[in-house]
Order: sequence, then C-alpha cells, then structure tokens
Amino acid sequence: MTATRAPRSAGSGGVWGRLSISTKQIVWAWAFLVLPVLFFAVVRFYPTLEAFYLSVTDWDLLNEPRFVGLDNYRKLFADPLFWQVFRNTFAYLIFGTPIAIVLSFAIAYYLDRVTFLHGLIRALYFLPYLTTAAAMAWVWRWFYQPPPIGVINSILGSFGVPAQPFLRSVTQALPAIMVTAIWAHLGFQIIIFMAGLRAIPTSYYEAARIDGLGEGAILTRITIPLLKPTTVFLVVFSSIGFLRIFDQVYNMTSNDPGGPLNSTKPLVLMIYQTAFSSYQMGYAAAQTVVLFIILFSISMAQLWILRSR
Amino acid sequence: MSESTKPLASYGTIRPGRIVAWTILFLGGIVMMTPLLFMFSTSLKSAGHVYDLRLIPDQPTLANYIKVLSDGRFARWFVNSTLIATIVTLSCLFFDSLVAYTLAKFEFPGRRVVFLAILSTLMIPTEMLVIPWYLMASKLGWIDSYWGIMFPGLVTAFGVFLMKQFFETVPNDFLEAARVDGLNEFAIWWKVALPLVTPALSALAIFTFLGNWTAFFWPLIVTTDQTLYTLPVGLSSFAVEQSIQWELIMTGAALATIPTLAIFLFFQRYIVRGVMLAGVKG
Repeated sequence: MTATRAPRSAGSGGVWGRLSISTKQIVWAWAFLVLPVLFFAVVRFYPTLEAFYLSVTDWDLLNEPRFVGLDNYRKLFADPLFWQVFRNTFAYLIFGTPIAIVLSFAIAYYLDRVTFLHGLIRALYFLPYLTTAAAMAWVWRWFYQPPPIGVINSILGSFGVPAQPFLRSVTQALPAIMVTAIWAHLGFQIIIFMAGLRAIPTSYYEAARIDGLGEGAILTRITIPLLKPTTVFLVVFSSIGFLRIFDQVYNMTSNDPGGPLNSTKPLVLMIYQTAFSSYQMGYAAAQTVVLFIILFSISMAQLWILRSR
Repeated sequence: MSESTKPLASYGTIRPGRIVAWTILFLGGIVMMTPLLFMFSTSLKSAGHVYDLRLIPDQPTLANYIKVLSDGRFARWFVNSTLIATIVTLSCLFFDSLVAYTLAKFEFPGRRVVFLAILSTLMIPTEMLVIPWYLMASKLGWIDSYWGIMFPGLVTAFGVFLMKQFFETVPNDFLEAARVDGLNEFAIWWKVALPLVTPALSALAIFTFLGNWTAFFWPLIVTTDQTLYTLPVGLSSFAVEQSIQWELIMTGAALATIPTLAIFLFFQRYIVRGVMLAGVKG
C-alpha cells in the first residue's frame, strides 16, 4: 500500500505544486461549488423551466404531455373559480398585511421601552411564532366552533352577543382564517421591528429631544422614516406569506377544503387540488406560473421602493 | 439580557401613562397566548369536561396523552420529523456556508454568475416547483421516503445569502495566516472561518430547523404512507379522523407544539437574536 501510494502522491503533488496560487484557488473554489451548483441546476433551475413547459401542455400523468399552447391560461382566465380564488387571495393580503404591520409596529414600539418583565412579555408575543401552523389551525378551528364547544362563542355568549357562525359562514370564514394567520406571524414581525428600532442611533433621539420635539414628533419625523427599510421588508414578507397561505386554510376547512362555497380558497389550495386531486398537471402548472408572476411583481416593487428612498 | 435595557427606556420617571401602556401590552401578550393555554388545558381534560372552559382543569388527567400515544403513530411521526429536520439542517449548515464562504473569499472565473444564479432562485416560489419535484420523485421512486421529503431543502439560497454577508466580515489576514501555516483551503474554512461566524450559523440552524419541523405543503404532497408522515401532516390526518373529539385533537396539537416550545425555553436568547439577525440581514 505505502509503496504504491507514495509515488502517486508525489506525482500529483508535483503537478499540484507547480500550479500558481491563483490557479489553486480556482480549483478549490470549484471543488467546493460543484455539488451545490449541481443541486441548484437539478432541483431549482430545471424544475422552474419544466413548470413553464408544463403550463403549455395538457397532462393527466397517465398519457404523454400534449402541447396545447396557451389553452391552460385561456381556460384559467375564463374560469369563475379562478377569479373567486384570486379575490380571496388578495383579500387575505389587502386586509391581513396592514393589520399585521400596524399591530406589530405598535407592540414593538411600546415593548421596546418596557423594562419591567421585558423578557417575559416579549416571550408571550413571540412564542406563537414557534408553533406549527397545521397544529394551531386546529386549535383556532375549535375556538370558532358554535356554542357550547367553541371558546369564542362561549365568551361572546357571556356578554350576550348572539352566536356567530365563523367558519360556517361565507362572509366570516375568510376573516376568521386571516386572524389565525396574522396571529401566527405577529411574533416574528414584532421581533424584526424591535431589531429595526434598536438599530436607530440613540443620538438621533437625544438631538431631537434637545431640539424640543415631543414624543409624537419624534415618532413621525425620526422613528417611522428611519424604519422604512424594515417596514418595506416586512410588508413584502407578509404580503408574500398571505399570497402563499395554505396550511391554515387546508386544516381549518378540511371537510370542504377552501369552503364554505370556495369562500376561503386561496390560489395555493386551488393549485394543490388541480394537481393532486384532479391530476390536471398542465393546468395546475399554469396556475403556479400566475402565482410566480404575482410574487415576482411584488419583489420587484420592493426593490424599486428601496432604491428610490 | 443586556440588550433589553436600552438607554432610551431610561428617560422619565414612572408615569401613569407608562403603567397603562405596560398593562395593555401585558394583557395583549396574554391574549396572544390564549390559543396555546387552552390547547394545553383541554389536552388535560377528560371528554366530559371539554365544554367546561375553565383554564385550570378540574380533574387534570394524562389519559388523552396515553390514548394518543398508545398506537405509536405519534412517536413515529415525531421521529420522522426530528430526523428530517435535523438532517436537512446539518446539510444546510454545511453546504450553505461552504458555498457562501467560496463566494465571499475566493477569486475565480464564474463567481458573479454563480452568485446571481443562486440569488435568482429566491424568486421562484416552492409552489411552482412542487409539480416538477413530484414528477421527479415519482420517476425516481422517492415518493414515501425520507429522501423524497428532504431533497428539495438540502441547500438553500437564503442560507447562502445570509452566510455570505457574515463571511465577508472575516478578515483576510486570518485566512492568509492559516495558509502560511500550511492548512489546506478546506481546513481553513472549517477551522478558521466557520468558528468566526457561529452567531450566523446558529441563526441559520434555528430558521432551517423550524422551517422543516413545521413544513406542511411538500410533505403532504410527497407522502401517502402514514408511517412516513411528518408530525404536521400526521396531526392533520389524525385530527380529521377524530372529527369532534376536541380533547384528543388538542392533545395531538400539544404534542406537535411542545418540542419547539421546549427548545425555545432553553435557547430563548439565541433564538430571538437569531431571528433578528436573519431577518435583518437576510
């Protein structure tokens, strides 16, 4: 063993030894990168292209995919269910994001100045973020049950408020699920806002106070403008979260996913059902492309807003 | 906890307004915790006491836990989730930081292209990839396997991006000194550079573990065999079976929640700091 290994290693050492330092660096760099780059090519890039390709085919998994041009997109835009789902998805976003941002900012703003039991209060707000969405969806589903089972209706009842149908109502189910999603992410947003608040140099506040600015003026003229990057990040992050909402809806309406009467169905649930209940892979792929375009536009808007500050 | 006491908080004496603000904040925190409190409380109640909404159970019992755990399914799902989240996290820590280090500290042709290519994958939502992944998994026999659940997450662009920003702050002199000492490039990364970015590594570990532990969409798609479910998917199917036995559903939900809460209680400081770090830099 040693006899055969020694000359070989000496030989390769010779070739390796003759390489310049910068060439060695290139060899090392690509040795480190080869596996991950292959991974990104096979598990991200190829599937992305395949999704675009599938979106212009008709495919039920059994027969060969058949090229149908833009038929899937035509079908989708003519489908009233799609427009209902589209409205639902944006309803989660348009109501959910502002509520989540305002609430988490207000809580972070006050929590930042609290010193008494600071760690405990922060933990109370943060802990829900560490829970499993699928599990907590079932807890909230129980909360929303009719009396005498449901906690919320029981509390409302003790104040004399009539029982609310919540998840059984076409108008209340979507807000009820939205509350669950806001609750699940609030802790994260509070922590990020607090990190943003901490990053503002205290000298700014001291200068403002010396100039005689009141609390309100400091908030609107210093804190909020300086928090813009944090706020933009959280608005985008939260919007993307609501556009991709699935776990809560799937678990809170599992007897009729997206119901009642599709009133809570978001785009991702429609994609899931089209692909894995009806096996219309091409049609589902077209829906994922639409989701991609929406998410892409929002990310571009973020870059544009941050650049123009 | 030194970060919690900030000069800003020191101005002014105790005023009534601050006591009111504190009380509202505290009550809000309790409201945030109600779902968790009721979940644990109900998991300790017998079926007959579910409608009794007192938070402290009259006659607390572990019967629900014994019943839910007795058929072994939850134990199996727990093992599945733990294994999958651990392996994926280790893989991400290794590969994400290796790629990030290479992109931050090496001069080589193609560096910019590789970085931009990896960064661009952040724009592609998982939902767009699940159909091709599903086809890949079924072609290669990965449906209903750990590998099938894990393979999409083994390297993440988020982790590369996060770690790269931290490796860029590592002084080149340290690496040069190690080079002079005769360490090879892998050893320099492993022994010199990695120890300097441990806060970032723990942040990445927390995010990756949590993300995989709570993941629902892809495991739901790629598993049909109950024994290979992860905890969230298993819990979901369990809850559907139980239909109206809320005390059992709450017990299952508690079992899925306890591990991450326990981790939090042990590592609270690191987790909060890690979320701040990753959220601000990422």
